[in-house]
Amino acid sequence: MMDDLRRIERTAEMNDTKISAKGVQVFYGDTHAIKDVDVQIGDKTVTAFIGPSGCGKSTFLRCLNRMNDTIDICRVQGSITMDGQDIYDPRVDPVQLRAKVGMVFQKPNPFPKSIYDNVAYGPKIHGLAQTKADMDVIVEASLRRAAIWNEVKDRLDAPGTGLSGGQQQRLCIARAVATAPEVLLMDEPCSALDPIATAQIEELIDELRQQFSVVIVTHSMQQAARVSQKTAFFHLGNLVEFNDTDQIFTNPQDPRTESYITGRIG
Amino acid sequence: MILLAFIILFVAAAIGYVINIRAAQAIRDGGAPLHSLVGFHGMFSALVVLVPVFILILLWIALADPLIQRLVAASLPEGTFDGLGTGAIQLIMAEINSLAGGRVFGTPEDWKIEAAERLVGYERTADIALVVVVIIAVIALIAFARRTVIAEFRARQGSEGIMLRLMAFCAIFAIFVTIAIVFALVYETSKFFSMVPITEFLFGLNWEPQIPIRADQIAAEGAFGAVPVFLGTLVIASVALIVAIPIGLMTAIYLNEFASRRVRSVVKPFLEILAGVPTVVYGFFAILVVAPWLRSTGASLGIDVASNTALAAGSVMGIMLIPFISSFADDALSAVPQSLRDGALALGATRSETMLNVLVPAAIPGIVGGILLAVSRAIGETMIVVMAAGLIARMTINPLDSVTAVTVQIVTLLIGDTAFDNPKTLSAFALGMMLFIITLGINVLALRIVRKYREIYD
Ligand SMILES: Nc1ncnc2c1ncn2[C@@H]1O[C@H](COP(=O)(O)OP(=O)(O)OP(=O)(O)O)[C@@H](O)[C@H]1O
Ligand SMILES: [Mg+2]
Repeated sequence: MMDDLRRIERTAEMNDTKISAKGVQVFYGDTHAIKDVDVQIGDKTVTAFIGPSGCGKSTFLRCLNRMNDTIDICRVQGSITMDGQDIYDPRVDPVQLRAKVGMVFQKPNPFPKSIYDNVAYGPKIHGLAQTKADMDVIVEASLRRAAIWNEVKDRLDAPGTGLSGGQQQRLCIARAVATAPEVLLMDEPCSALDPIATAQIEELIDELRQQFSVVIVTHSMQQAARVSQKTAFFHLGNLVEFNDTDQIFTNPQDPRTESYITGRIG
Repeated sequence: MILLAFIILFVAAAIGYVINIRAAQAIRDGGAPLHSLVGFHGMFSALVVLVPVFILILLWIALADPLIQRLVAASLPEGTFDGLGTGAIQLIMAEINSLAGGRVFGTPEDWKIEAAERLVGYERTADIALVVVVIIAVIALIAFARRTVIAEFRARQGSEGIMLRLMAFCAIFAIFVTIAIVFALVYETSKFFSMVPITEFLFGLNWEPQIPIRADQIAAEGAFGAVPVFLGTLVIASVALIVAIPIGLMTAIYLNEFASRRVRSVVKPFLEILAGVPTVVYGFFAILVVAPWLRSTGASLGIDVASNTALAAGSVMGIMLIPFISSFADDALSAVPQSLRDGALALGATRSETMLNVLVPAAIPGIVGGILLAVSRAIGETMIVVMAAGLIARMTINPLDSVTAVTVQIVTLLIGDTAFDNPKTLSAFALGMMLFIITLGINVLALRIVRKYREIYD
């Protein structure tokens, strides 16, 4: 009876909330980088993190796929659950978690391998393709998703590092998409790109929302307003305000949010 | 006397400095705006005095003595050197020199004593001449530098120009020395190849460079086929690399990615100690520890092991190369950007997958460059093989046999009472030349690879 109730609750939660963070604190040594943050990240929605530089957006984002584990001095407290499962539970393997929570970085970082191998790397290590034909399908689908297939389909054997910055970033998105993640984290994915490539990636994000929940860190208010449904505003390690994007930009509740989006702090 | 010349030079430079500073100050105090700061006028004078006179004194040191020897030799009675070889002539000149230095052996002939007196006279004249020339030169240069002190003179550019030329000269000097070494090597090698055909040296399978001691020992002509010698080097270097490459790479990978900070802080200094051990000490280790151990192990297995095997020398050389390879590989791995590491980890790769699939491939050019440099060190390494490898050249690739190495042969050929006019001694230069060409080729290749790889991430 209890079990059933819990299961129902969990399915209900799954439909709207993908990741739920409660009372998260992050320390780098003695630096208190994230202070008591609560956030619900919805499934199949785009959530934007905005805030002035150094306020902890990247730090919090890296908590969601446990990339902070790779930093020796970093400590994370509080609870973060994904589909009701605590991701910091000792039984959770961060490697498997990261297969489900993909990440795209600020600077494009393709591996010094061919374009094909870049995309195929994730599926390969997770055993997602049994045959070469399967792999070809995954690679093509991922490159198409990332809106770069037409540009690279004739040179899949060329090194990924030889592409332009915008193409490299889309290749990195294709690489992240190829492992079939459930959540995609993007840390300022457009900061190195020109307006055209940015527009392509924003379009892509909107499309990815059909399958994934996307979390994007951005310094551009316009970008946050264009692509996201939910926006979280961070300031000095605190989550100041978290609401529907429309609300944040038209009717901010907190004076700090208002001064940031109108350009007075930051 | 040369000391005196140097003292005069430095004092003169200081005087020139002060004079020019005073003069420049006077102009400045007179109200004219100086182009260069006062100090640059002083420095210009000091440099103008120092540099040319310094070079003059060095040239004097290099040239005066041979010139005097020539003069003395020319002044000897007609026909003294008739029919004498270079050795005998050198002997006579040495005797005259020691007489001039006041060391008399036996009862020298009168003409020798006269020659010695002339020598002493020439030397004294030369010394006085040096001091006089230096004094005249410094006075002239101080005066010249003083006359440049006017408001518009660009003393800063002037002194910088002199410094620049001085630095360029030093750089060119190193190149010249290298060229001179190569030239000497080429010269001796070509003398060798005029006695022994180059094809025999390159393709001959027999290395017995003993030459007849007496004229009637014609039968014992030396054999100069270098193949077995190079084969020996190859065997030893291969053993060394088989030991060093896996251990060095594993060490680098472990330290770079997996070791905790504590482990790293212990292992790194140990590797540095290993890198600092003199090769002689490695040689001891090879003959006192490794070789006896191999012998007794071989005996207990029923295998006959020579006392100075390629295996002993090679494995100890391999230990020597471990820190070399591991530090190169470590640098190459650390140079792979953190973003690549993050990228692989964020895809859900484990640390070892990240290492093997992303970091090592990205670092491969740097690692290969390091390995090639290690190869060229293994080929050129001398002390360990001199101590632990054999002397007899054999056509074998069995590492349990005693083999010799190129460097060992060079050392043994040049040790002892040798004249530089027989093929035995000259063959050492031919070996050295070959070694030089091989290691140069490898080094150029390695540096190319390393440089190319740097470009990828810059
Ligand atoms: N590896 C680290 N070691 C120590 N301190 C860190 C580390 N990374 C971040 N910090 C600190 O944590 C705080 C938050 O950094 P974070 O990178 O999360 O900011 P951010 O909001 O992403 O800034 P930006 O918009 O400039 O990217 C900063 O004060 C920063 O100095
Ligand atoms: Mg950031």
